[in-house]
Amino acid sequence: MAVLEIQDLTHYFGGLCALSGFSLELSPGELAGLIGPNGAGKTTVFNLITGVYRPTGGSIRFLGEEITAWPSHQITAAGIARTFQNIRLFREMSVLDNVRLGAFARHDYSLWEALCRRGRFRAEERRWREEALALLKRLNLTRYAHTPARNLPYGEQRRLEIARALISRPRLLLLDEPAAGMNDAEAEALMALIREIQADFNLTILLIEHQMRVVMGLCRRITVLDFGVTIAAGSPEEIRRHPRVLEAYLGREEPLVAEGGGSRP
Amino acid sequence: MSHAHPFLRRLILPAGLLALAWALPASGLLNPYVVLVCMYVGINMILTLSLNLVNGYMGEFSVGHAGFMAVGAYAASVLTVWVVPASLAPWLFPAVLLAGGAAAALSGLVVAFPSFRTRGDYLAIVTLAFNMIVKSALENLEVLGGPRGFLGMPRLTTLPWVAAFVLLTLVLCRNLVYSNVGRGVVAIREDEVAAALTSVDTRRVKLYAFLVSAFLAGVAGGLYAHVLQFINPRSFSILKSTDMLVMVYLGGVGSLLGSLLGATLFTVLLEVLRPLGLWRWVVGPLLLVLLMIFRPQGLMGFRDPRWLREADDLPPEGFQAAQRG
Ligand SMILES: Nc1ncnc2c1ncn2[C@@H]1O[C@H](COP(=O)(O)OP(=O)(O)OP(=O)(O)O)[C@@H](O)[C@H]1O
Ligand SMILES: [Mg+2]
Repeated sequence: MAVLEIQDLTHYFGGLCALSGFSLELSPGELAGLIGPNGAGKTTVFNLITGVYRPTGGSIRFLGEEITAWPSHQITAAGIARTFQNIRLFREMSVLDNVRLGAFARHDYSLWEALCRRGRFRAEERRWREEALALLKRLNLTRYAHTPARNLPYGEQRRLEIARALISRPRLLLLDEPAAGMNDAEAEALMALIREIQADFNLTILLIEHQMRVVMGLCRRITVLDFGVTIAAGSPEEIRRHPRVLEAYLGREEPLVAEGGGSRP
Repeated sequence: MSHAHPFLRRLILPAGLLALAWALPASGLLNPYVVLVCMYVGINMILTLSLNLVNGYMGEFSVGHAGFMAVGAYAASVLTVWVVPASLAPWLFPAVLLAGGAAAALSGLVVAFPSFRTRGDYLAIVTLAFNMIVKSALENLEVLGGPRGFLGMPRLTTLPWVAAFVLLTLVLCRNLVYSNVGRGVVAIREDEVAAALTSVDTRRVKLYAFLVSAFLAGVAGGLYAHVLQFINPRSFSILKSTDMLVMVYLGGVGSLLGSLLGATLFTVLLEVLRPLGLWRWVVGPLLLVLLMIFRPQGLMGFRDPRWLREADDLPPEGFQAAQRG
């Protein structure tokens, strides 16, 4: 069964058509790419999948279930985790707390048990604290565990977002320009990390990325958007030579090896 | 002491405080005025912790918490005067206070539901409207004495009861803040959209926060009514809400110890300024404006000492948070 089936997804912001007739199917274990010039509608696809916006038309199915009208927290709890183009951490909270929040829906105790410190409270807290610390170790963030997220260097903030996404053991991971603002060496390390976590966590991944080296290196299949329309889909080789893709990127200063639109804070 | 069972050890401090709260007034060492001020300090501590949950930890801006306090005060008073037999009143007092809190929590739904869809200034206006509606409803309810107020409660609030409920409030707030729900509350303050996208059920968390907060304000209202033995709608006007805001923003947003500190400083300050007469009512709003401009996070903003926090989550002793290099 497909992990994600998107059919004919369309979205308007007022009169602006941000996405039209977008379809995509991801099978288990796949690592697919989504590219396109600035403003093409890539982030909008992520926002529609995760319930930030209600689509104007079309349907999204996750593991066979229709999730189109679900609220965000329910979609995430069902197994779709994501990171953000402009890092969105809980800045004043500790790194440990940031990661544990990723498992908010998995904490199995009631308000009452929390207020009285009874029942499942202690065991559940211990379980998720240990899970979070293990992930921090895995992503080389242990020494920051008690640091407020805002104090982390940029690259570590990106890794923390990945840790927060992974703790809930999602089936599908959406990465929105994870290599934005990274130099070649950093991007290289990130690619290795993405490959590793995909294998270890049994993930299906959809990746938005401006750095062509990263997308082409990681993804077996790439979809290209331009002005909300899918202009091409196929293997990296096909995409590289696709006339409409070249046309869409033509006029850009550095066609197909452009630096991401993400900004350092 | 270090050999005592940890549970017993944890009881020593609260038990000591309660004993003190009982012994001091009974011994006659403190004059009744000082005892009264201590009770006001305690009641204000509960109110400040209650408001801090919503304004400090959740990052919303409630300006109508006196409304919750009013519901608790009237509900508890009605129970004492009309329902509970006079002979049992002292024994049932804690139950009456909890019932007042429950009534206030129920009224908290009136604000919690709008908070699902609105936030910031708009939610502030909702809370303001709530405060005004409660006040004018009470003014028009002739059964409850209308604008003249409601009286007949015996003076059931004593320093030990105040101390006990302050401790209870502190423990509840601390347990809430350092739990999954509490982290969800703070996540809403930090970034509500990101919170929902990390699986935080923001509606449920807001509901919990408003329920607990309104409950505590209601309990404080009950204690207040049984000190004064007389309440009227004017005691729960926007001015009262403003006082609570001052205490939160003075002591520290998102801080438990800050709440206790803010309540103490402000209550004592108002007493000291008593000779100023009517002018002292300018102090609160003025202080609020000055705080908002010069130190919006308050004295203790977003910090609490180690002994108040969850032991298992503490950084190692002497840990210095890494600074951005
Ligand atoms: N909330 C919004 N309201 C109105 N218009 C929006 C909104 N979000 C995005 N848009 C518009 O929709 C279009 C697609 O935006 P989107 O963010 O999906 O692009 P993108 O492909 O992610 O671009 P980038 O590479 O710059 O991140 C753009 O024209 C953008 O201005
Ligand atoms: Mg984007």
